[in-house]
Amino acid sequence: MSFSRLGLRTVALGYLALLLLAPVAMIFYRTFEHGIAPVWDAVTAPNAVHAFWLSIEIVVIAVPLNTAFGVGMALLLERGSFKGKALLSTLVDLPFAISPVVVGLALVLVYGKTGWFGDWLIGHGIQVIFSVPGMVLATAVVSLPFVVRETAPVLRELGTDAEQAAATLGAGAWLTFRRITLPAIRWGIVYGVVLTTARALGEFGAVSVVSGRIEGQTQTLPLYVQGQFENFNITGAYASAVVLALLALATLVAMNLLTRRTPARESALTTP
Amino acid sequence: MAIEVHDVSKRFGDFVALDDVCIRVNDGALTALLGPSGSGKSTLLRIIAGLESPDSGEVRIGEEIVTDAPARTRDVGFVFQHYAPFKHMTVHENVAFGLAVRKRPKAEIRARVSELLGLVRLDGLAERYPSQLSGGQLQRMALARALAVQPRVLLLDEPFGALDAQVRAELREWLRRLHEEIHVTTIFVTHDQEEAMALAEQIVVMNKGRIEQAGTPRELYESSRNEFVMSFIGPVNRLGEASFLRPHDIQILPSAAGEGTEALIERVVHLGFEVRVELKLHDGRDVWAQVTRESAQELELQEGQILAVRLPEPRVFA
Repeated sequence: MSFSRLGLRTVALGYLALLLLAPVAMIFYRTFEHGIAPVWDAVTAPNAVHAFWLSIEIVVIAVPLNTAFGVGMALLLERGSFKGKALLSTLVDLPFAISPVVVGLALVLVYGKTGWFGDWLIGHGIQVIFSVPGMVLATAVVSLPFVVRETAPVLRELGTDAEQAAATLGAGAWLTFRRITLPAIRWGIVYGVVLTTARALGEFGAVSVVSGRIEGQTQTLPLYVQGQFENFNITGAYASAVVLALLALATLVAMNLLTRRTPARESALTTP
Repeated sequence: MAIEVHDVSKRFGDFVALDDVCIRVNDGALTALLGPSGSGKSTLLRIIAGLESPDSGEVRIGEEIVTDAPARTRDVGFVFQHYAPFKHMTVHENVAFGLAVRKRPKAEIRARVSELLGLVRLDGLAERYPSQLSGGQLQRMALARALAVQPRVLLLDEPFGALDAQVRAELREWLRRLHEEIHVTTIFVTHDQEEAMALAEQIVVMNKGRIEQAGTPRELYESSRNEFVMSFIGPVNRLGEASFLRPHDIQILPSAAGEGTEALIERVVHLGFEVRVELKLHDGRDVWAQVTRESAQELELQEGQILAVRLPEPRVFA
């Protein structure tokens, strides 16, 4: 190996180690410093358990919403022809560009008590802000672009020949999508879903603003970690952080297993 | 089923792909759409299939006007230039697709698919995936897939364009025999005049979105209507502004004849049976003549030799 490549490798790995590996390892170390018992107590505390299930609930609602929206939007952007497509494409990326805190504030302005829809919503007994619907909304907004951005390039790469072939063979739009397009783009979608889930699980800023951070009610796992940390309950904070990290890891592993289920077809898909 | 196209025009932005095109293809005929790239031949084929819609004009398949009908209701078999295989399906599933869409019974589908795979000589490859097939095999799979639903017409877009020369010649011959066997009205698009001449009963020559001439290969070769057709179908010598001569019409005379026009042999190229003789006429014009191997030997043609040639009346287009 040449000297310069060795150097490059050292820099890349060192960077990764300093920024990611060391802090994460440190959290694990500090969590289990005094054994399993205090950790178990911390993660089974009622508020911690509640935060855990709330995070799961939000992910379970927001991720399917964004998956359906993302695939639809990718189809629209890659297969449709209409004016303003470039503008729409830029709009999709907006949640990446705006700070999550601003997203949260914007949601409060629109759906909060004094917001545009506030009166109407409260009149119908629906509370969005400081409640789960608002947190789902905030999570959905900040994780919106992932599925679109992972699916659209795969659609573009795929081209329209196979879809048109299906049409000449008598298949309608839905059948063509289900039997031809979807199988060809599913790895793109899966990757988008993984990223969406990871982002949704970890979201702090936007959710923090709209949640009101009521312990045992509107605290997701990241908010709970922050709350414990602020209250100097270091063990609680670390233990919940580890749970969060393990959840993200489980998502990655689950998706990895899913994509491995049909190896013959996968190879048929990935080789040109 | 006969195909008729009336006054079809199509633009893509400022580009005129088709300009008032009319063609008629008889029931059971094998027709070539021949032209250089950008001549509109693929667009015309896609309009017949319903994959593009014309800006104006009418398309008929049989007695039915299909101009506004979506592709899936037209009952056409279409073979794409790059075959458009369904990559996540086996060969069997690819061929069965159209039948599965029509919800035919499983047993019937299985029987029909294995019959078709026999017809296109892919027996034994039914469980392969497209990525495990060669170009020629993909081509035949695409053909079987298109034929599975017993289409009223078969449309092929540059069917042999992506294959190497030997496979191409083989498939061409095979397609001709297949057509004799099943007699479905077939249109194929090509930019290769030799392919069109070898395969088609009728050739439609296209250029810049218009039809230059339509007819049998022989008609086009022997009575080309214009300069474009003459120079696209077969080799030509350009003598003047619009006067042309086929190279095999130039006669090289034995040196004893003492008649004709004087010419200098600049190059002799042996292509097997055919020998190409590049000549400079005494008035400075360059032409080439096509002679057989035998007559080249008899005349003892040598580079640098001066001899006499007889030029028949050239074809002149106004």
